Amino acid sequence: MRVELVKRKEHSRKMALLSPLIAVGLTAIAAGFIFSISGHNPLFGLYKFFIEPLTQEWSLNATIAKATPLILIACGLSVCYLSNNWNIGAEGQFVVGALFGSALPILMPDFESAATLPLMMAFGAIGGALWALIPALLKTRFNTNEILTSLMLVYVASLLLDYLVRGPWRDPGGYNFPESALFSDAATLSTVPGTSLSYAAPITLIVAVVLAVVLGKTIKGFEIRVMGESPRAGSFAGFSAKKLTLFSFAIAGGLAGLAGTMEVSGALNQLLPTISPGYGFTAIIVAFLGRLNPFGIIVAGFVLALSYIGGEAVQSAMGVSNKIASVIQGLLLFFVLACDTLILYRIRFVGRRGSAGEVSHV
Amino acid sequence: MGDGVAETETMSGDGGAARQSRSGKDTLLDARGLIKRFGDILANDRVDLVINKGEIHALLGENGAGKSTLVKMFYGSLEPDGGEILWQGQRVDIGNPAAARELGIGMVFQHFSLFEALTVAENIALALPNPGRMSELANRIQSVSRDYGLPLNPDDIVADLPVGIRQRIEIVRCLLQEPQLIIMDEPTSVLTPQEADLLFLTLERLAKEGCAVLYISHRLEEVKRICHHATILRHGQVVRECDPTKETPASLASMMVGADVASVSASSQKPQIGETRLALKNLSAKAATPFATALNKVSLDLRAGEVVAIAGVAGNGQGELFDAISGEMQVAADMVVLDGKPCGNRNITWRRRQNAAFVPEERLGHGAVPGMKLSQNIVLTRHRTGDKLVSGFFVSNANAGKMEQRIKKSFDVRMSHDDPEARSLSGGNLQKFVVGRELDRKPGVLIVNQPTWGVDAGAAALIRQALIDLARSGSAVLVISQDLDEIFEIADRIAVISRGYLSAAEPTADMNRERVGLLMAGGAEAQGEVA
Repeated sequence: MRVELVKRKEHSRKMALLSPLIAVGLTAIAAGFIFSISGHNPLFGLYKFFIEPLTQEWSLNATIAKATPLILIACGLSVCYLSNNWNIGAEGQFVVGALFGSALPILMPDFESAATLPLMMAFGAIGGALWALIPALLKTRFNTNEILTSLMLVYVASLLLDYLVRGPWRDPGGYNFPESALFSDAATLSTVPGTSLSYAAPITLIVAVVLAVVLGKTIKGFEIRVMGESPRAGSFAGFSAKKLTLFSFAIAGGLAGLAGTMEVSGALNQLLPTISPGYGFTAIIVAFLGRLNPFGIIVAGFVLALSYIGGEAVQSAMGVSNKIASVIQGLLLFFVLACDTLILYRIRFVGRRGSAGEVSHV
Repeated sequence: MGDGVAETETMSGDGGAARQSRSGKDTLLDARGLIKRFGDILANDRVDLVINKGEIHALLGENGAGKSTLVKMFYGSLEPDGGEILWQGQRVDIGNPAAARELGIGMVFQHFSLFEALTVAENIALALPNPGRMSELANRIQSVSRDYGLPLNPDDIVADLPVGIRQRIEIVRCLLQEPQLIIMDEPTSVLTPQEADLLFLTLERLAKEGCAVLYISHRLEEVKRICHHATILRHGQVVRECDPTKETPASLASMMVGADVASVSASSQKPQIGETRLALKNLSAKAATPFATALNKVSLDLRAGEVVAIAGVAGNGQGELFDAISGEMQVAADMVVLDGKPCGNRNITWRRRQNAAFVPEERLGHGAVPGMKLSQNIVLTRHRTGDKLVSGFFVSNANAGKMEQRIKKSFDVRMSHDDPEARSLSGGNLQKFVVGRELDRKPGVLIVNQPTWGVDAGAAALIRQALIDLARSGSAVLVISQDLDEIFEIADRIAVISRGYLSAAEPTADMNRERVGLLMAGGAEAQGEVA
């Protein structure tokens, strides 16, 4: 008995939808296994992790608040990944965006007007985009590997944030705590009336819908998909790979920067040495789990946000380290990428030996 | 294995009769009722094949007929799902290529498996089970290669050698294992006519010594010339066996296709030559990578109403020339002139808007995106050519779908369901689509690189006729091709490219194969140096 992968003639639409679900299922099984080897009831652990946060209003709100930046960043990353640009540095672009966005309320605290928030968000998006353009320019100009450069810039960005909140941007009246002054009301992203959700959620929703239209219906979206699948065919179509690299990094950085600004303005209301529990990295998983499709990303954003809340839940209820959240996120990405094989291949069980190496040739 | 045996027994009809008449004490390989399935596709359906000692045996068939699958089973890289193989009367189970070599079956592949950075001797040593001392091996290589008229220098680095010599390495590597059966997959597709003649001498000599050759080729002329027996496959089944010396290339082709192949009518209409549509003036470009070819002062005038063909052996700058004309590689402005407008530094979109159209050699991954639907692949080259495929920012899928239907109909593109992904089409059908997509525009200038490469006879005839018809309607057509039969069939003038130099284009009537062959083998280069 042997297992063979047989290449399909075309992409399987069914598997494109099913593969993330299979991956989530496999992740749950693996997570249950981890709970049981660390001496806990696996079903109870899974319930606490995946189900319970959805049953209470406060934890549901917390899930949406966590999902918002994940979805916004992942939307930008999907543009990069669809066009074959491997931007791993959204975390840094998020932080630099937050810094640019915070410059206004921190350096000019008395500037309070209706323009304050829109300006902050514009600065945040520009800051994130500029930070993302560094690896993009290095790639187009010097052929450097964008995976390495974008990743390394994450650490530069977080050290920059650390320096600013401990040094020049520290709150003068803050008893030497490493944090900035609280933002004025005009610089605070308010909540949607009647709910406890910040405006970040509807803004993110609009961005996702616009992006879905751009990717699915426009010539720019076509260009992005062609370049990702076949750069040679893309250049035959007259598209420029370099321009698209700059474009996709700028979009991804801009959205990450916007997410960063909305996070410090809405959720935190000030700059702290750490403003992100790894949103920029988790968003990579969100992007792939969501099939690089904005609507898929919205669903995937909730699943991953749940893992943050669930991690805290199992920590408090069962005394498991909340690092379990990172482990489960990692497992999820692993299974998603593995299950994606099924989109272009199908599994066949064969009774007798043969040469598996040739099978994929057909 | 059970059902396989049953299959063999049930089929003792015409295949069995053929076997009785052909197999005897000189039989080397006797395949009976071989079956190979890939998923739902039956690639080989109860194939019988007998190869006798000292026989050059042609295996013919269109693309996808199952030729490669069959020989891979003989060479042990695929295992049959049913049927049996007898080697010198003994039933054998060829589990892997090493076992095949052990038996005395060698194979020369269509795509070379050589390491460019290593020497000839090192490449050969890598393939031998016991290469022994390098100095001894080098001596053996020298003596065997000289003996068979395929001289090789064991110390040459493969990267420096032309394709013809690289093939020699593969053949000598095979000969060193003293095989009794050599399988050759399209060996002449990369050779000049003179190099091919040398290869035929070697094959005839091998046959005289009792070695059998299983010869796969699309070139029916040469099959008729050198092969003793031919087996023709269609849709995975043996449809005919014949003596190719008693057939004509046309009759062989119709056996392969299963219908009469329409012959292309070029000479019936006299071309109405008009003004120059495309001019290349001293087009030069450095090689972009160490393995690319530099272009050296290429000059050519392409006029309305004519088909000009550029002949040449693969890898002599055809790809680079195509890229420079299409605009994928940009050069100095006045090196490429379209309808009087210098455009060497313009991009491909600009040139398309000047009513030029391009069909690259690589269908999948260059001419079309494998994972995209055909309608999307139409948008690929026609999004800026005024076909109403894009309005504002938005792509009109409806209009793309209509065009896909139109091209499908007028170029007979066959597909299993409507608007499939490009990758699911067979080579011939995809080529009809890629050519049809451009012809549908009625371009003023059309540049095609290898229009019928790896395409079955029926599709090839359709494409060639369409190219001629386009030229006769007043457009200029430039065909880059390695297929001399094709070139002499459709071209009004012929130029030859060799190591990045292009010979002057001369009327087809003044050219013959010998002259083209000499130009391919470096004559074009000498002419270019003088010019």
